[in-house]
This record gives sequence, C-alpha cells and structure tokens, in this order.
Amino acid sequence: MSKVLMKGNEAFAEAAIRAGCKCYFGYPITPQNEIPEYMSHELPKAGGAFLQAESELAAVNMAFGAAASGGRVFISTSSPGLALMQEGLGFICSAECPVVVLNVSRGGPGVGGIQPGQADYIQVTRGGYNGDAKIPVLAPAGIQECVDLIYEAFDIADKYRNPVLIFADGMMGQMMEPVELPPARGITPPEKINETKPWAITGTAQHPGRNVVYSLRLEPDVLEKHVEHLFEKYDAAAKELVRYKSMNLDEAEIVFVAFGTMSRLCAEAIELLDAQGIKAGLIRPISLWPYPDAAFDEIGPKCKVVISTELNMGQMLTDVKAAVAGRWPVGLINRTGGIVPSSLEIVERAKKLLEGVK
Amino acid sequence: MKSVFEITKGMTPVDTSYCPGCSHGIAHRLIMEVLDERGELGNTIGVVPIGCSINAHHFMNVDMCESTHGRAPAIASGIRRVHPDKVVFTYQGDGDLASIGAGEILHAAHRGEKFTTFFINNAIYGMTGGQMAPTTLIGQRATTCVDGRTVEQAGLPLKMCEILAAVPCAVYVERVMLNNPANVRKAKKAVQTALDIQKAGLGFTFVEFLSACPTNWGLAPADALKWVETEMASYYPIGNFRKPEGY
Ligand SMILES: Cc1ncc(C[n+]2csc(CCOP(=O)(O)OP(=O)(O)O)c2C)c(N)n1
Ligand code: SF4
Ligand SMILES: [Mg+2]
Repeated sequence: MSKVLMKGNEAFAEAAIRAGCKCYFGYPITPQNEIPEYMSHELPKAGGAFLQAESELAAVNMAFGAAASGGRVFISTSSPGLALMQEGLGFICSAECPVVVLNVSRGGPGVGGIQPGQADYIQVTRGGYNGDAKIPVLAPAGIQECVDLIYEAFDIADKYRNPVLIFADGMMGQMMEPVELPPARGITPPEKINETKPWAITGTAQHPGRNVVYSLRLEPDVLEKHVEHLFEKYDAAAKELVRYKSMNLDEAEIVFVAFGTMSRLCAEAIELLDAQGIKAGLIRPISLWPYPDAAFDEIGPKCKVVISTELNMGQMLTDVKAAVAGRWPVGLINRTGGIVPSSLEIVERAKKLLEGVK
Repeated sequence: MKSVFEITKGMTPVDTSYCPGCSHGIAHRLIMEVLDERGELGNTIGVVPIGCSINAHHFMNVDMCESTHGRAPAIASGIRRVHPDKVVFTYQGDGDLASIGAGEILHAAHRGEKFTTFFINNAIYGMTGGQMAPTTLIGQRATTCVDGRTVEQAGLPLKMCEILAAVPCAVYVERVMLNNPANVRKAKKAVQTALDIQKAGLGFTFVEFLSACPTNWGLAPADALKWVETEMASYYPIGNFRKPEGY
C-alpha cells in the first residue's frame, strides 16, 4: 500500500472508519475539530452514522447506547471534554460495553489553552469516574502509530468489553505526516450483531432469551462479584496489553522516560547528547495503563539517573518511581501550559540533572 | 373455555418492586400491552432511567439497558443510529427528565429523534426519598421544602409538554393521567398513537403521564389518585399539545 500525506486528525478519523466504526458522536473542541468534520461527510459514505452531540455528556451516552446495542463506536474529544465524559465512561466499564475514545489533549486545568499538552496523564490513567474500573490507555508518538492503534483498539475494546482510550496530543492532531492506511473492514449489519456480540440489545427476536445491559447491583455481594469479574479482565489486560519501545538502555547514563510528542524530542536530545559524548537512552511507554514496568528492568549498569520528561507538572512521576523501585535517582524535565521544550533545552536540563547526581 | 382476559406477554411474570398505589406499574403495562398488540415485543429496545423505575427492565419483557441519570434520550439516540428499524423508547421520571436530563430531552426533541419518550411525572424524586423536583407543585411538601415549595425559593414548576410542544421536530406531545380507568384507557390511546407515529418515522414522540407517588406524598393510594386529578391536572392540563396531520 502506498502512503498518503494526511493531517493527523483526519487520518485518525479515517482509521476508525476503516476499522468498521458504525457510529461517531462528538462535540466540537479544539484541537480535534477536524475529526467530527471529517466524520460528518466520510462516515455516512461508508455506511456509518455521524451525530453531532449537544455536549460531551450526551456524546459519551450516545456511545453507550450504540455500543450496548452492538455497534462499533468511536468518540473523540479534548481534555475538558474528556472530564465531562468520565461518569459515562465508568458506567460503560460497569455495563461492559466496547467503545474507542480518542483524547487529542490540550493544556489545563480548566479550559486551559489549546496548545498541545500531556496534563491529562492522571485523568486518563486514573480515570475520574467513580468506582473500581480501569481503561486501557495507548499513547502513540506519531500519526502512523496513532492510526494503527485506533484500528486495533476496536478489537481490544470488543475483546475486553470495555472502553479503550487513545491518548494523543494536539501536536499529533494538527501536524501532517505520510501515513499508510489500513484496509477497510466494513460494518457489521444490525441483523448479524449477535453472532459476535450475543449480549447486545438488538430486540429479542434476534437472539435467544432477553438481553439487559445494566450497571445497578444493589446487593453488596453481587456487586463485589461483578467488580471481581471486571478485575479478572483487567488482570488479563495488564498482562496482554503492555507495550513500550526502548533505545540504548544497556549503554545509557541518562535514561529518559517519555511518551507521545515528548518521546520524539527525547530521541533528538539523545543524538545531541551522543555528539557531546554522553550516552542517553529512552523508555517510551505506549501503554500508559498497564504501565510498562518491565521496561525498566532492561536499564543497564551505567545508568546514573532516570528522567521523566513530560508536558505537565510531572504527572507520570508516580508511575516512573514505582517502576524504578529505588534503583536509580529519578529526575523531571517538563514544560506545561502548551509549551513544548526544544531538544536543546532537554539536553541542557538533562546534563544539569546528571551533574546533580554525580 | 375461551379466556376473556390475559396478562400481556409484554410483562415478565414477576411481582413489581413498586409501592402500593404507585403509577409506574400501570404505565409499564400500558406500554407493554401496546407493543404486544402491535407484535413489536421482539423488535423493541427500551432505556430505563435512574429513579424507581430503573427496575423496569425486570418487568418489561423486551431488550433494555439502564441509563446514567437523565441521559436516556442520548442513549436512545445512539441505539437508533445502530438500529434504524427497531422500536426504541425511553422511560423516565421527572427528576431524571426535567432536572438533570433537561438538556438531553430537549436536544433529542430538537433533532426529531425517531423514538418515543414516556415521561412519568409524579412531582417528586421518588427513589431518593421525596426531595423537591422541578415539577413539584407550589405548596407541595417535599423533604427539601418541608413547608411546601415557594416561587421565591424555586420558581414555578416546569411544564415539559408545553416546552417540548415549542420544539419544531417534536411531532407528537400529549399529557395523560393515570387516575381512573377511563383516563387509563385514554392514556393507552396516546401510547398507541406515539408508537404508530414513531413507526411512521415522522419525528420525536412524547407522552407525559401524571402519576401518583403515594409513599412520598404521604397519602393513601386512593387519596393520591384524587390528588393527581385535583392538584396536578389543574396545573398540568391533560390533552394533546402537538400531533401530525391524520393522527
Ligand atoms: C448522577 C446522579 N445523581 C443523583 C443520583 C441519585 N438519584 C437516584 S434516583 C434520583 C431521582 C429520581 O427521581 P425521578 O426521576 O423523579 O424518578 P422517580 O423515582 O420519582 O420515579 C436521584 C436524584 C444518581 N443516581 N446519579
Ligand atoms: S417511591 Fe413513589 S414512585 Fe417510587 S415506587 Fe414508591 S410510589 Fe412509586
Ligand atoms: Mg419522580
């Protein structure tokens, strides 16, 4: 297949269409507006349904209805919109429905700003929904990877009957890159839904018995059993969904930990440091939950400092420290508010952190 | 022997969880009878609300899902996109629909969503123990207005039929009351009409049921039915507010 040059957001929308997405629901918010715009004209051509929701609250609940009745569903938003969706996402976890959610994140808190940010790290990895639930989070570092992850996320969501979240940042949504699009898989027609989703509410004429998709469990022992059942799925996901990439870990004095756009800048910084005779390496978590703790076991004997590198105030530090488990000092290089540091800034700050631990 | 009466297959053979004199059971039965008579039970997807009737999916013999509080119309909109040919309905209380879900119901009507909403107005938050709802009448006591609702404190009660009748794509809007057999029969007619219009794909359809909550009103069931007629219906007039030509 040949590559096409596409704007990130449009490529993400096209990836969802090709994955067999039946429904898209969204409410306008920068920097992801090209997604609902693209969906509004392209999804109906593929046989799907586009609906502009009156709010993110409505969008996530439309997604629940479509997913509960067996449709493949994609929703996208940006940071404050994701905050509004949290109640619904927890409900969808409890009711065990598959939904793919894309967060093209921006700066916060509050309405914040529209420049790229990673300040939703805690929001996406810890939720914001109530109760014991988990949502797998995948963080691509470029348009191609994001396209591939969205395409695959539909299968992951179906497998675990749970939402799956893709965490991109505004930089990826807005830039253009050549991308190879995956093949179109087609939409399952309504009368075939129960063949793969026997639980879906499609009308009793279409399946044996009666299907009810629900969350309320008033008896504590029944609710506890249900949560334990959810956690059997989450335990399996925690093993099966761990993903990361690493670079130069056995040689590195400095090990950067960075995801998304920041990991690309760290890769540049590593080259600059190398030219100055300083060996640096990188752990790039792709799955933010489950967090790739195992990657840290690959760090070699020369390591002096592990540096979490983020576009926020250090939200990933807790996970980095837990994975480091006291083996090396942990530092932080960060900018926030929508500012993306240059690779030179990263180099200078990394050298200072290295000095400090020597 | 020929049977003269049969319980509809639309209701599951279990006792409901509702209090004696509660109108939820009557409304359930009317909706399910009509779906049964129309041969649509196997072809229907319903959404239950947060409220006493979250339990409706134990009693209504169709495929159903629960809803987050107030968002049933958004959920039904999602279901409708996957299943353009099914009968889809939401069943919602007044706290659910007129308070926390006021936005979703308005926008479902605004888009002319082709499903039916059955609105159980009992002028109170039943499930949570009798707090004031947007539909609580002036002077009516509730646990968050123990001396009775006042205009100064909470404004005048919301009339959902009148509001929705002003929305262009809400094609059928009717208020009925479940206080006596004659009115229950009229209510059934409204359910039939709403579902027929949905089937014809003409737009959003809405039936409000003035309903009794004897438990939280502190009235005996018979007195509660009287209160529906004397107090509720004088503020919320029953009748049709909007219907397409030919219905
Ligand atoms: C987000 C959220 N807020 C509040 C509640 C608590 N709650 C449960 S039922 C209910 C009121 C329901 O009243 P109504 O819609 O009038 O239904 P009724 O019980 O009277 O039939 C409330 C506020 C909840 N479950 N979820
Ligand atoms: S509390 Fe009121 S609405 Fe709820 S079941 Fe009892 S009578 Fe019905
Ligand atoms: Mg009520």
